[in-house]
Amino acid sequence: MQEFLMPVLLLVGIGLVAGIILVLAAKFMAVSKDEKYELVRAMLPGANCGACGFAGCDDYANKLVSGDVPANLCIPGGDTVVKGISSILGKEAVDVVPMTAVVACTGGCNTVEEKMDYRGRPSCVAASLFYQGQLACDHGCLGFGDCVKACKFGALSIQNGLAVVDKKRCTGCGRCADACPRKVIYMRPHASHIHVACINPESGKKVLKECKQGCIGCHKCEKVCPTGAIKLHGHLAWTFPEKCIHCYACVEACPVGVIHSCFYSGDENQPDLLKNQEPVVKEA
Amino acid sequence: MAFYLALLLDTILVSNVVLAQFLGICPFLGVSKKLDSAVGMGLSVTCVLVISTAVTWLINHAFLAPNNLGYLQTLVFILVIAFLVQLLEISMKKFIPSLHRALGIYRPLITTNCAVLGVTISAVDEGLDFLPSLVFALGSGLGFLLAMVLFAGVRGKMERCNIPQSFRGMPITLIAASIVAMAFMGFSGLADGIFGI
Repeated sequence: MQEFLMPVLLLVGIGLVAGIILVLAAKFMAVSKDEKYELVRAMLPGANCGACGFAGCDDYANKLVSGDVPANLCIPGGDTVVKGISSILGKEAVDVVPMTAVVACTGGCNTVEEKMDYRGRPSCVAASLFYQGQLACDHGCLGFGDCVKACKFGALSIQNGLAVVDKKRCTGCGRCADACPRKVIYMRPHASHIHVACINPESGKKVLKECKQGCIGCHKCEKVCPTGAIKLHGHLAWTFPEKCIHCYACVEACPVGVIHSCFYSGDENQPDLLKNQEPVVKEA
Repeated sequence: MAFYLALLLDTILVSNVVLAQFLGICPFLGVSKKLDSAVGMGLSVTCVLVISTAVTWLINHAFLAPNNLGYLQTLVFILVIAFLVQLLEISMKKFIPSLHRALGIYRPLITTNCAVLGVTISAVDEGLDFLPSLVFALGSGLGFLLAMVLFAGVRGKMERCNIPQSFRGMPITLIAASIVAMAFMGFSGLADGIFGI
């Protein structure tokens, strides 16, 4: 009797004591979890894209509930999510500035010279580590599609050796801009759509040797712009979205066709001024 | 004092819990991909090891040994370790939320970690007193941490290597682990040599 009673009692006793302590601990040391957290978390898209700057949707929801974090950081979610979150938290809704990825390069297979026959790993990071990549231009899109792999929404593709953004699918999370080793892709407010699709800062003579479609720094856009929204910075034109009135003067004046409008037709956010105009993208 | 130092050195380097005793291989291979997660796991294991060794030593000497119930050791120890990990989790969430967040997913993993069970059992089997058991557990935990950190570094280097197709992934990891373990064989006799015990 004694022989098996003792171990059984011992095990049951230890289990019972441990259980009771755990129950008491759970009761007295419980951390009240905010109900709002669950609601806010359910509101967020759950893509964990990191556009808000936090480590995923869970983290952002946590920060939203606990601290003074702006509710308009979720770019893929857009206005509906912001309104939802704001109503849960009892804050006033703030508009999201919709962003879109822009490829600042026009050079495809036909326009840019190659300086070597690169046969290494087909990745932009790898290629750019190897003597700045296979292109004669040290700044342009390498076209191996690191951005395509980074995009969670299938908004990017490589067409004719150049990354192309599908504006309808782009949510503006900025993952492609982080993935691009050349920083050719950058994020731009959705509403400002005239941009210079070249980031080569070399002089016109050098640029022309490397690529048929690169900004040569000819000052033509600067001269035709009525509001001073496009200026040369060294040998490279820069746009100032806040001054741009979308008159398309620079797009038409550019002799190499690197100033683009990145609109697709039928965009609801398109300013009234441009509603009836076809998007002007000069063909390569 | 020399005894404790020798014990510490012995458990960290000479009979390293992972690389000499081959306990806790699962987290050693699973969580050593990144340095910060390796450190997090190593610290949680060290913490749990010391506390659970203290409790299991007391239980063993109060209940099991006097009643001649040594065969219940494994069962009781698993029960106690699972309980302690859970208790630690609850209290950590309440009192040190920052640490709770830092250790993240590694806390529940410790419950099923054979390194913890192995060390608590060998602390009892070696017939150590209470304080030496604690030092033994601390040393084992630090040894685990050291192995994790070293191996995280090795794996970081391996990621940038051009490994033959057939060895990629787990095979090369196991080979690397065996080489690190072999390197640790160089420490054998170190503690005895220094402290002359």
